[in-house]
Amino acid sequence: MSEGQIKKFMYVNRKAPHGTVYALESLEVVLIAAAFDQDVSLAFMDDGVYQLKKGFNTKGIEVKNFQPTYRALDDYDVNKLYVEKEALDARGLTQDDMVVPVEVMSRAEIGKLMETQDVVLSF
Amino acid sequence: MAIEINGKSYETDEEGYLVDLNEWNEDVAKILAEQENVNMTDQHWEVVNFLREYYNEFQIAPAVRVLTKAIGKKLGADKGNSQYLYELFPYGPAKQACKIAGLPKPTGCV
Amino acid sequence: MLHIVNKSPLDRNSLDTCLATAQPGGALLLIEDGVYAATSGNAAAGKLTQAMGQMKVYALKADLEARGMADRVLEGVNLVDYGDFVDLVAEHATCQSWL
Repeated sequence: MSEGQIKKFMYVNRKAPHGTVYALESLEVVLIAAAFDQDVSLAFMDDGVYQLKKGFNTKGIEVKNFQPTYRALDDYDVNKLYVEKEALDARGLTQDDMVVPVEVMSRAEIGKLMETQDVVLSF
Repeated sequence: MAIEINGKSYETDEEGYLVDLNEWNEDVAKILAEQENVNMTDQHWEVVNFLREYYNEFQIAPAVRVLTKAIGKKLGADKGNSQYLYELFPYGPAKQACKIAGLPKPTGCV
Repeated sequence: MLHIVNKSPLDRNSLDTCLATAQPGGALLLIEDGVYAATSGNAAAGKLTQAMGQMKVYALKADLEARGMADRVLEGVNLVDYGDFVDLVAEHATCQSWL
């Protein structure tokens, strides 16, 4: 990547938070990549919307609670978070259940945004 | 590796970062600072305490760019710039100050 | 027998196959991402409620709490801790994990 060239990166998150390591890995990669001043957006689809469900308490399963870190994304200038409407509906969730401000949009709308990216990373 | 203070041992990793951040106290911080050749002044403590608060709230050690911006917001523009922070922590504010604060190596520290 | 499901019902077919296979009188324990099936508003909630007429349904409380879902558990689901998990396995002669 040449100096000064800004590319559009989209991270697509489709996995529930603790059952696999995808959610945590994605978050860490986003934070690392944010150091390079790229145009970053995050899409949460399917079970990925569960990553943002408020109120994680991981004491009982003895793993690190990484949910507070989503609230630091804004400090990293990562503030384009898109959440799939159909996924929320199928899980009884609403925008109010999300731990950070997000934009709710349909699958089709997310699909259109995906087409405009230079790089799509899948988690 | 480990640090010994009054007969109590504090485990550190191969790069000198404290393994269990809950074990941190000011005495540990002073030893970690000595190892980094940093002479702790009030200005140093201010940054170290800021980092600990940031970690408490967000569960990450911030990258240097983020640290600079956040300190500027909280402590003023005269402190929220890299020149000020590098004067305090010549080998990198995020890296050195995080180590002294007992935090893991910053995410995004490449 | 005891059936254990640890996959989200909207990501894998583990719960579907389990419910289609399990015989009346058995028990179902939901753990890890499997606990999402026991939450209200989930698209699988209807299936699970129907299954409750035929078998006892348990869900691991720590996994619901970790996911921020402990406040929306379906009525009729029994919440259990790790000690109860061990008891359930010991009480049943056989156990199938729908991995």
